[in-house]
Amino acid sequence: MAMGALLIETIGLSKDYVMGGETVHALRDVSLSVGKGEFVAIMGPSGSGKSTFMNLLGCLDSPTRGQLFIGGEEVSRLSSNRLAAVRNRKLGFVFQQFNLLARTSALDNVQVPLIYAGMSTAERKDKALKRLDEVGLSGRLDHHPSQLSGGQQQRVAIARALVNDPEIILADEPTGALDSKTGEEIMALFQTLNASGMTIILVTHEQNIADYAKRTLTFHDGEVISDTASSDRIKAAQ
Amino acid sequence: MNIFASFKVALIALRTNALRSVLTMLGIIIGVGAVITMVSMGSGAERQVSERLQSLGSNLLMVSPGASRQGGRRLGGGSGMELKEGDATAIARTIPGIVLVAPEVRGAAQAVLGNINWSTSIIGVSPDYLLARDWEIEAGRFVEEGDIRTAAKVAVIGATVREELFGESLAVGQTVRINKVPVQIVGVLKAKGQSAFGSDQDDTIMLPLSTAKKRILGQSKAAPDAVQLITVKVQQGVNMNAVMEDIATLLRVRHRIANGAIDTFSIRNLQEMQEAGQEATQIFAILLAAIASVSLLVGGIGIMNIMLVSVTERTREIGLRMALGAKQRDILFQFLVEAVTLCLIGGLIGITIGTGGAILVSNLAGWPTLIRVDMAMAAFAISGLIGVFFGFYPARKAAKLNPIDALRFE
Ligand SMILES: Nc1ncnc2c1ncn2[C@@H]1O[C@H](COP(=O)(O)OP(=O)(O)OP(=O)(O)O)[C@@H](O)[C@H]1O
Ligand SMILES: [Mg+2]
Repeated sequence: MAMGALLIETIGLSKDYVMGGETVHALRDVSLSVGKGEFVAIMGPSGSGKSTFMNLLGCLDSPTRGQLFIGGEEVSRLSSNRLAAVRNRKLGFVFQQFNLLARTSALDNVQVPLIYAGMSTAERKDKALKRLDEVGLSGRLDHHPSQLSGGQQQRVAIARALVNDPEIILADEPTGALDSKTGEEIMALFQTLNASGMTIILVTHEQNIADYAKRTLTFHDGEVISDTASSDRIKAAQ
Repeated sequence: MNIFASFKVALIALRTNALRSVLTMLGIIIGVGAVITMVSMGSGAERQVSERLQSLGSNLLMVSPGASRQGGRRLGGGSGMELKEGDATAIARTIPGIVLVAPEVRGAAQAVLGNINWSTSIIGVSPDYLLARDWEIEAGRFVEEGDIRTAAKVAVIGATVREELFGESLAVGQTVRINKVPVQIVGVLKAKGQSAFGSDQDDTIMLPLSTAKKRILGQSKAAPDAVQLITVKVQQGVNMNAVMEDIATLLRVRHRIANGAIDTFSIRNLQEMQEAGQEATQIFAILLAAIASVSLLVGGIGIMNIMLVSVTERTREIGLRMALGAKQRDILFQFLVEAVTLCLIGGLIGITIGTGGAILVSNLAGWPTLIRVDMAMAAFAISGLIGVFFGFYPARKAAKLNPIDALRFE
């Protein structure tokens, strides 16, 4: 199923939460791989472990058991500093609630990852301008999040995710807070990015959103219960 | 992330909560402001005292009758208990390392010129008194040997007396009645200002020692050659304590004081008095430091409290920054810089207010103040250190957050 070179590989990835003596198995032995240039949608009922899985892929949380490889490097063993570097250089996040810095211009928001990458001011501004142009927001550089529509905020967030040239975009319900038309526009943007080679993994509850992806993983009770190419599913439906 | 960017981020964060930032700084502002004002006042007072003592000259010994440092015990007067002119002569003749010896008597008198009546202090002096006490002649001359021999009715007046009696007109050559005795003014002294103890040194009339005793003050029958004070000017570089010891030994012999008996005279060293003054200012400084530390401690705790609130409020922001690649030390640095910036701004405001307060005190109350740049710089640096010290715990708390927990924090 993998298209290009192997980018992500999980082996028996598990996450347990212990809550007051009771153990919740949020993720059970997930083993899968994602190749470079793939566009993956993750679906499944609420509480099935989608976000837990995404957080592990995003190096924001550490697994209870199992291994995670990103670009051949086993990240499940790295120190917090090394993980920060992986997040900074290899991953781009898009959140449901956009998560932009308040009272900070679109241009400055997009530059945040580059600040932590230690880039010079001029270079930072250059890259941020380029990405904001790419998401169609060159006319809104000085706007603060409160002066932007939801769709525009999510575009700023996408520009921010792209700005340090990551290998993977991770998006947990990126259209969840948007109306369906705006959501489709955001998905069209993701599709364009994927067409130019970007690997994208996103979580959604909506079939029409998942249809933009090329591959769909379905979670249930912490396990992957189906892994299909979207084209197969459409064929099957016909 | 470079340091300028950090300060910029910190300033933006502080500006978004301007009122709270100012309230947080208040402890530091008040602490630093109080220290600056008090140090300025203390330094001003210290400088004034030391300048006045310095104006007397530091290599002076003052020999006076009566025991010093002997509790409240009073020694009766009488033969052998007083200092005499002979003592002064003996000191000058036998003790090595001495420049001048100047005996004096003091008293109060009325000076009358026409219908002007001025009460002032009078000093009976020898010619050496001028040099011994670092006086200078403004016009005319000082008391001379011949005046002493003949008990001449001549006087040298201080600037205040000249001002009061003569105003703008010429004083030298005029005759003034001092305690009804007509005395000719032969000289005017240069103004010296206040003494270390706050009295006007220029409000005085100096007469030959013999004239003062015989004609003006009236001398005691029991001790016609008694003097009240002998000023001894010691040569530069000579050990003052050795000279003091020599004088004491000489006087004990002359006054027939038995071994172990209480001295009937005391010798004071002006340098010692100066050091005593400095000791007092040191105690003042310690007190000041204690007050300052307490208020800065309170200010620091205020900073810590607000930084903890700020960390909690901005947990999601911290999580986001971590997701975008901030390392623990980036977060630590961000909050530390914020705390330090808060303290430095507070320190600057405190220094400004404190300096303004000192200027106000000196203008309104006439208190001598001295603005100390080194103190202001130290206060600024200490403000920064307070920021580091009290900002460290909250900043570390922020840096140790788990990215996903911080990001999901509600
Ligand atoms: N921090 C946590 N502590 C305890 N249990 C947790 C924690 N986070 C998630 N869980 C549990 O893990 C399971 C999976 O949660 P997860 O957030 O991954 O679900 P999800 O598939 O993303 O659901 P949704 O579609 O509602 O976002 C749930 O049962 C949840 O209660
Ligand atoms: Mg979820």
